[in-house]
Amino acid sequence: MKKITLGLLALFSFSAFAQQDPKTGELHGNFQFDGQIYVRDSILDPNKEAYPDERFLGQGFMNLVYTRGGFTAGVRYENYQNVMVGFPQNYRGEGITYRFLQYSTHGLDVTAGNFYEQFGSGMILRAYEERGLGYDNVFDGARVKYSRNGVTLKGLVGRQRKYFDKSTGLVRAIDAEVYLNELISGMSENKTLITVGGSFVSKFEPDNSPIYNLPQNVASWGGRVNVQRGGFSFFSEYVYKINDPNADNNFIYKDGEGLTFGLNYANKAFGIAVSGKRIDNMSYRSERNAQQIETLINFIPAGTRYHTYTLPALYPYATQINGEQNIQVEFTYNVPKKSGLGGKYGTQLFANFAYAGSIYKSPVDGNTEIGEPGSQGYKTQWFKQGQIKYYQDFNIGFKRKLSRKWKMTFTYLNVQYNFDLLNKGLTDQVMLKKDPSIIYLNEFVLEMQYKIKPKHYLRFEVQGLFSEQDSVGRAFDELGAGSMVLGLVEYSISPHWFFSIQNIYNFGNPDENFRLNYPYVNVAYSNGPTRIQLGYGRQPSGIFCVGGVCRFVPASNGLQMSITSNF
Amino acid sequence: MYILLIMKKLFFAFTVLFATLSYAQNSLPKINVVNVEGETVNTSQFANDGNPTVISFWATWCKPCMRELDAMSEVYEEWQEYLGIKIIAVSIDDSRNSGKVGPLAKTKGWDYDVYIDSNQDFKRALGVNNIPHTFVLDGKGNIVWQHTGYALGDEDELYEVLEKVSAGESVN
Repeated sequence: MKKITLGLLALFSFSAFAQQDPKTGELHGNFQFDGQIYVRDSILDPNKEAYPDERFLGQGFMNLVYTRGGFTAGVRYENYQNVMVGFPQNYRGEGITYRFLQYSTHGLDVTAGNFYEQFGSGMILRAYEERGLGYDNVFDGARVKYSRNGVTLKGLVGRQRKYFDKSTGLVRAIDAEVYLNELISGMSENKTLITVGGSFVSKFEPDNSPIYNLPQNVASWGGRVNVQRGGFSFFSEYVYKINDPNADNNFIYKDGEGLTFGLNYANKAFGIAVSGKRIDNMSYRSERNAQQIETLINFIPAGTRYHTYTLPALYPYATQINGEQNIQVEFTYNVPKKSGLGGKYGTQLFANFAYAGSIYKSPVDGNTEIGEPGSQGYKTQWFKQGQIKYYQDFNIGFKRKLSRKWKMTFTYLNVQYNFDLLNKGLTDQVMLKKDPSIIYLNEFVLEMQYKIKPKHYLRFEVQGLFSEQDSVGRAFDELGAGSMVLGLVEYSISPHWFFSIQNIYNFGNPDENFRLNYPYVNVAYSNGPTRIQLGYGRQPSGIFCVGGVCRFVPASNGLQMSITSNF
Repeated sequence: MYILLIMKKLFFAFTVLFATLSYAQNSLPKINVVNVEGETVNTSQFANDGNPTVISFWATWCKPCMRELDAMSEVYEEWQEYLGIKIIAVSIDDSRNSGKVGPLAKTKGWDYDVYIDSNQDFKRALGVNNIPHTFVLDGKGNIVWQHTGYALGDEDELYEVLEKVSAGESVN
């Protein structure tokens, strides 16, 4: 490993002087640095949880990639000095965490070292990165891909990253995908486009358990189909996994399975998207005792709308890899221009409904509790609704250009949020014995943008979040509980400058001492691929979700900075 | 102090790198992406008959990205007419939202070529850290300009860049 790194670095330093010459190849890369100077705020943080000894925390990375013809080599250096509050603390440290050599020619692609990969929708295998959230389950091993005449074959073997270490388990996987219209000559003119695929994935991890007799090889397989015709498209994938007792499912011996589908239709006037899934015991990690974001082999997305406005984003849904059933419907309609409702420039209406709940669970026999470790866990039925509601979201709104200077977007949301599951992490078996606490939220977001003159724009947001909670809801003494409003003004001068000022007022906190203001100012400078950003103020606590796992980030006060660029 | 020292050194290293290497990324990496019909397409086929191409990275959940694509959509016909340019919108949505990409582009009335880079292979190969991120390719397919982030009105600067690229002038 050291030798490879050194070799790569030597290669880079050599090529750096002649990167534009195709004979010697090209060198490029990117970097990002994020840091925060923490300010003591005794109201937000009486126990100094968000006030680290270091005062200043920062983290960054840099990628370098060298390409020449079909040959590519790359490294990434990561540095956490020290890791910021709320980020996975195991990242503390620094080092080369990613390096690879890749060669591709005539449809053949071979990689040695680190690589990211996805089979189908990722429900059986997906290695990916979300640097800003600390998610990285990259493989270290070898991969071969071959594509020809609409057929793509992939094979890989490797171990996954776990912070600055690797998982104890090994993953072996193959995948085949066929685009039938290209493979079968008689179908090339066919208006129905069909892709089919299949995967087999297996992990090996030694059985070191003194209590259980654990399977050392855990196999899984899956199949998928994608059909497209005119404005219609349909996708479905099914996966199955043999018994895999692990920390997520509390060591039950039940097999796992998952089904997902999506059906869409769209034309210029309207679009409709329906999707759903059923997940049963599909936690699949290359280390059976891994937690949180560590060494997940597969990826199961949340089947709900992804809200990015600040207040709606405070209550996100996270997919439940141990089991859930979920349905989502989204509808968009363009009201024609110059009609009564459409106005001079036309109006777009949108609506979305999503539901997620538990799968139906009953005991395997009279002597075994649901989810008892070492047992088959539970019995379930495919077409029976589960007992527990996890999350429900109905949102509706419109977007309209009012004049040549003004545009507006309005969204209303009605959300039911299972606090016991999504904040406290209670299991089905615990929630089945009590009424889970559900937070009911009514929210709205009004967004306006105004053109002052060419390249000078203002943007405003007004948001409200009104929460009704039962007595077992969010603990009353908690920060950020209860209703709140937000106001934001942004002023941008294209192409370089951006200023914003925001305030959140938590007026409805049940505890009067926590009825706080959270002011925040932000300035950013952009120039080509470079962006420098500074922000100062209070930030409310929030939940950040990635890959079905959510992380709580405590409220903080301080000066944040970020610099990013590529070359 | 120790941290500041490291940062100083890093910044110095970056500055040196910048000075010697700015815009070293010249040619487009060859990566497979998927179009909204589900067909795999290699990015080496992104050429636009000798005219400039815009590649814009976006996602259904990225509001600045949507603002940028909406703004360009309003002027796209004119840009095509005057400069013969093509806009390619590459979505990095994963399976949570990738099914919504095609319907969204259609109902928005975006006449762009839309592709999905669901595991971010193309994004990674181009060294994109955050979206929106926009590239301009000259008629030969070389990357001649790029920009990260979107502020309302940025499309005016992009148009100025495209005019220069179209006329064969340097933009750096």
